[in-house]
Amino acid sequence: MDPAASPLTHAERLRRQGEIVAALGAVLPAHALLWRREETLPYECDGLTAYRQQPLVVALPETEAQVAAVLKACHALQVPVVARGAGTGLSGGALPHALGVTLSLAKFNRIVRVDPMARTALVQCGVRNAAISEAAAPHGLYYAPDPSSQIACTIGGNVAENSGGVHCLKYGLTLHNILKVRGFTVEGEPVEFGADALDNAGLDLMSIVVGSEGMLAVTIEVTVRLLPEPRVARCVMASFDDIAKAGDAVAAIIAAGVIPAGLEMMDKPMTAAVEAFVHAGYDLDAVAILLCESDGTPEEVDEEIARMQAVLSKAGATRLEVSRDEAQRLKFWSGRKNAFPASGRISPDYMCMDSTIPRKRVAEMLTAIGQMEQKHRLRCVNVFHAGDGNLHPLILFDANDTDELHRAEAFGAEILELSVALGGTVTGEHGVGVEKLNSMCVQFSEQERALMFGVKAAFDPGGTLNPGKVIPTLHRCAEYGRMHVKKGLLPFPELERF
Amino acid sequence: MSAQPVVTEDAALRRLIDRVATARATRTPLQLRGHGSKDFYGEAPRGELLDMASLAGIARYEPTELVVTVRAGTPITELEAALAAHGQCLAFEPPRFATVPRRGASEATVPRSGTVGGMVAAGLAGPARAAVGGVRDFVLGAALLNAHGDVLRFGGEVMKNVAGYDVSRLLVGSLGILGPILEVSLKVLPLPPARATLRFESPQAQALERLQRWAGQPLPLRASAWWSDMLVLQLAGAEAAVRAAVQSLGGEVVDAQAAEQFWAGLRDQRDEFFAAAADAVNAGATLWRVSVAPHAPPLATEGEQLIEWHGGQRWIVNEADAPTMRALAAAAGGHATAFRGNKSAGAFSPLAAPLARFHRELKSRFDPNGLFNPGRLYPDL
Repeated sequence: MDPAASPLTHAERLRRQGEIVAALGAVLPAHALLWRREETLPYECDGLTAYRQQPLVVALPETEAQVAAVLKACHALQVPVVARGAGTGLSGGALPHALGVTLSLAKFNRIVRVDPMARTALVQCGVRNAAISEAAAPHGLYYAPDPSSQIACTIGGNVAENSGGVHCLKYGLTLHNILKVRGFTVEGEPVEFGADALDNAGLDLMSIVVGSEGMLAVTIEVTVRLLPEPRVARCVMASFDDIAKAGDAVAAIIAAGVIPAGLEMMDKPMTAAVEAFVHAGYDLDAVAILLCESDGTPEEVDEEIARMQAVLSKAGATRLEVSRDEAQRLKFWSGRKNAFPASGRISPDYMCMDSTIPRKRVAEMLTAIGQMEQKHRLRCVNVFHAGDGNLHPLILFDANDTDELHRAEAFGAEILELSVALGGTVTGEHGVGVEKLNSMCVQFSEQERALMFGVKAAFDPGGTLNPGKVIPTLHRCAEYGRMHVKKGLLPFPELERF
Repeated sequence: MSAQPVVTEDAALRRLIDRVATARATRTPLQLRGHGSKDFYGEAPRGELLDMASLAGIARYEPTELVVTVRAGTPITELEAALAAHGQCLAFEPPRFATVPRRGASEATVPRSGTVGGMVAAGLAGPARAAVGGVRDFVLGAALLNAHGDVLRFGGEVMKNVAGYDVSRLLVGSLGILGPILEVSLKVLPLPPARATLRFESPQAQALERLQRWAGQPLPLRASAWWSDMLVLQLAGAEAAVRAAVQSLGGEVVDAQAAEQFWAGLRDQRDEFFAAAADAVNAGATLWRVSVAPHAPPLATEGEQLIEWHGGQRWIVNEADAPTMRALAAAAGGHATAFRGNKSAGAFSPLAAPLARFHRELKSRFDPNGLFNPGRLYPDL
């Protein structure tokens, strides 16, 4: 079901809303239930603002008993439920359902405990990502995954999206850094995935719940693993006069047996945009800039930085600079971390893509994006988690210009299809949500999508948890296929397709 | 589906697809088997043999991408040799169990110590697990065969991928009940440039306490083992870091060759503890794999104990009954597996209500005809 499509008339909607308000009013205090237009407006979108939909009702439970009661009531009425954390997601995963309840878990924002001996923290789902490391810092520990939105995004959302960050090549994604997820089934029954131990009996259900974009269960509490804070971190900034050379340098670092703590690439237009924003002293003549970080003990970091420098010079870096101190290291990163707001300053709107490709194909991809810029008559600036192959091309456009918006969408779809063709995936860390439903038709066969629906049904037989996200219906994929052929947008006609 | 890497459809795959089609038509359950080196693990295998070993070979290996794609029947040892040639490894150190050669079989000359498919299906990891992660943490993608002969591919060959539900990771530890794994893509890592092994005399409680303290510091601690009041640590990483840690931790440095032998013996369960455990199992005892929160205090139970994973994995040999062992494990945040020996109360800890339901539902969606490894994980699945 398409979440935006409402098959009901206005009167029918109102009747349904009344039904839900009555049912939830019996289990929630009055202030925890919103349904008037002006009250539910702030919930109409997440970080993907191009898609908006007001829910029928917003529930803001304050206790676990209330969450269970809300879920039970919604289950009895077969009302769609969309769980929501901070709403920073970039793919519309928390986009409300037109006939559904948005379950805001913002009030579950308590760090229950930090256990330095066990190197774990027990946190409620609404705790901000960065707050976990802040709470762990006095013990010399931290929580490794650091998505760019870490000051705002919540751990519950991180679990839903399997969020990464700039350090995930070395330290892994959310799944690799949590032990246990506690929450509720769609029926409101308590459930626990994972364990305080390093594995659990039976299937590893946590591994499929993480990254399921809130479609399999509702997360209330997470046990995260904490790591000892590295004693030092230093960063090498390398300039290249050629994209292919920069791409080869990335491969050469890995081939030398080094796993950098972070390895990021920015192209020239992106560098210009962020330099104007943060004044970090980036090399504006470079065609590509690599940021390559090492962390660990001082001895370890010295050893690794020396190896990185040698590899980067040999790979043809035109300029190399190693951070002298923590302040300079943070300065090096400031531009990369502000790539999105900096893009917002040079264009009224931008569309952020998130595909992953094999590292060795990066030069090929960036060249193709250059050609797409001409074809679609739009600019695109590129940042790239080079260490793990995750690209963030930012397509610049003006949403007030309908034609530009359509061209931007076609541009984005073309990038995603090329990513799949190059052996990659349509989303590396932002999730499918509603944004990339069509692209899922390209990446997965009908039988593969059918099995994903099977997984969904195993956890949520009625299909009421965040329906309409992640897996496109057969019908939708057929439509997408037709539209493509009709508009003649299908790129790379030479490639064989399913 | 062509844009994604596909499984090469050769004679070996064709044969598997045909066998599965026949099995579906005749409603004959299949027992998926690579080398059979883990036949002992889980519930007893049932059904007609489906030999996965012929679907072998490394499909793609890109050392600079840190990714290898391997067909299920490939021997673990063959994969590891190919990786080592490029200075890389399977960081989670899967065990390579010895197989008892079948009588009259000429294949006894070829080492049959486990295939990649079996490694993923069993989901067992070795000494480095606590530091580097388990099998699941290194699986990037997998291809699965369903009962209709469709090859389904999930995940991919890239480090970061959140497109759809991650079915490939769900296959880790599934013991084949969701279907035959045809091919897996794994993240590989460089071999650590330096290693050192230290030994400390230490009673259990003190060893556990020390391990938690050390694991909370930025030390290149990779593996640990405690048995019979002796704590052994493996350090691995940059040379400078290993050297500094050896100095700061103290203890007795173990000779490199003896250390390699020790860790390999532990990993493949050939060392003294497991040899003694095998004898005890033959005499009626059970070897328990008790997985608990690493910081859990010593478990109050009888029998020899070997502790790995900084406290997270405790091997116990005794004749205690299953409910007692499982209650003990649950109280310490984990579960107990009857690894070898008496499995009359089930090989694995029973599942809580909603989880048992999800297991049944998933089994019925993946394998509606109940063809694949019936009863291997839990009797009713």
